[in-house]
Amino acid sequence: MTVYLPIAELSVNIFIILGMGAAVGFLSGMFGVGGGFLITPLLIFYNIPPVVAVATGANQVVASSVSGAISHFRRGTLDMKLGTVLLVGGLAGASAGIWIFSWLRKVGQLDLIISLLYVVFLGTIGSLMLAESLRAMRRAARNEPMPLRRPGQHNWVHRLPLKMRFKKSKLYLSAIPVVALGFGIGILTSVMGVGGGFIMVPAMIYLLRIPTSVVVGTSLFQIIFVTAYTTIVQAATNYSVDIVLATILMVAGVIGAQYGVRVGQKLRGEQLRALLGLLVLAVGLRLAVDLVITPADLYSLSVGGFASR
Amino acid sequence: MMTIRLIPCLAALLLAILGWAEPAAAQVPIGPGPSPVREGLEIGTSTSEIAITSDFRGADLTVFGALTNADELFLAIGQYDVVVTLEGPRDAATVRRKERVFGIWMNTQSVTFEQVPESYSMASTRPVEDIQGPTSLTRMGVGLDHLALSPIGYVGNALAVADFREAYRRLKLSSGLYQRDSAGVRFVSPSLFRATLRLPANVPDGVHVAHAYLFKSGELILQRELPLRVVKTGLEQTITDAAHQQPLAYGLVCVLVALVTGWGASVLFRKD
Repeated sequence: MTVYLPIAELSVNIFIILGMGAAVGFLSGMFGVGGGFLITPLLIFYNIPPVVAVATGANQVVASSVSGAISHFRRGTLDMKLGTVLLVGGLAGASAGIWIFSWLRKVGQLDLIISLLYVVFLGTIGSLMLAESLRAMRRAARNEPMPLRRPGQHNWVHRLPLKMRFKKSKLYLSAIPVVALGFGIGILTSVMGVGGGFIMVPAMIYLLRIPTSVVVGTSLFQIIFVTAYTTIVQAATNYSVDIVLATILMVAGVIGAQYGVRVGQKLRGEQLRALLGLLVLAVGLRLAVDLVITPADLYSLSVGGFASR
Repeated sequence: MMTIRLIPCLAALLLAILGWAEPAAAQVPIGPGPSPVREGLEIGTSTSEIAITSDFRGADLTVFGALTNADELFLAIGQYDVVVTLEGPRDAATVRRKERVFGIWMNTQSVTFEQVPESYSMASTRPVEDIQGPTSLTRMGVGLDHLALSPIGYVGNALAVADFREAYRRLKLSSGLYQRDSAGVRFVSPSLFRATLRLPANVPDGVHVAHAYLFKSGELILQRELPLRVVKTGLEQTITDAAHQQPLAYGLVCVLVALVTGWGASVLFRKD
């Protein structure tokens, strides 16, 4: 059964899109990630114009983050003040990102930059994840205890000025790195169509030393607002959010996520992370190969709309 | 003798009057023909509107035409040729060329052509190149290889532009947006012809123009045109319109759908 995507301007098989959404939803539920960094490359592999894939990916992340954010809000495991400061940076970053996005599109380098960014991020994150989980597996095999992270350790981040008190996180921290982190993630949201949790969460834990208990809730808080904002601005400037595509992905995604969560609880953490690392690396590798092999046609065409149809 | 000659002409006139040339065709005579009696050309299309529904797989458009006052002798020896084209809405098109830069293929050069038809479908009695010389075809803009492709702005190397033009035509042909059928026009009677044009599944919406060109001994003597509207229908059109005319509201709806989907799932699948 085919369905016509009015914004991407092509007909697709609805079951492939449903399958994609469900699979990514399943993985995102299993690993507790938003899934934007998998959805966008998959859509590109399925010949959805990258412009549409990125904008629609941001929209999909809104849906996949809502239920998580709600439960963290109920449990009170989020730092509102910290989230708001992150959000200030995030909205500014998303605005800058949209500007960069439109400019890259005008000069015809958007597809390349999107692919390059994905190769770099997926490659780095995938390798780190794989290496970390392999180390953890080896440790578990030798029955060594997990190395404990000593709190109270200070790094350069904690010597910056403009300090603010974040009661919930029990932190006295400069606003500069928080806003900067939000800004960087905001740019990634609009250029890559990701929520950015896979970068934000480690950065908050290791760089800003924010307590793990509030990290996920706070990052989800920021992600929802930034992806929602990006969706609206993408729709208003590039007309590139495909509501039909997004709806199919979201519905399949949230259902898949429910089952992913259940499976995820039964599997062991290190094995899960090793699997996710491998998957992320594979997607990055596929994109890298597409950049390097000689294309079938050196010429491409764009007419008013998105890409060569 | 008289009656025999009259029958096809009468039939043609009758058909023309009977109205399948229903949207009035503008008459554009081009140069006086050599014969004292002026030929006439009427065309009509099988439909004046094509709807793109969600399961649109492309469509066929039939263009009928009637030749009146045709010269018997010229008809008999096949000196009349008909070319029918369907031109899509015009827009600027950019062709980009990739080059290997540090091992990665990236777009390095681009040429933008002004106001080229997004789709172009052509049918003719025989290959257009056999009907007319390339110079005249280019002047008239008839035929795939003779569409005006003029670059916007300064382009340094004229030779490179030729490459880009060729690439443009090749890409358009391979995407199905440009098509040609050099046997697509058939005379069903000495003065009646029928042309079948294929509209691909990815045909752009907007106003298309069907052109019919009548050649006599290789000279263009008459030209007719009829508009054809291609519209997206139903939900697709509503969505496209909303996305382009009310982008802010459209974006808000997208976010709302996402919030409701995410929230709905968390309510539906709540464990307690």
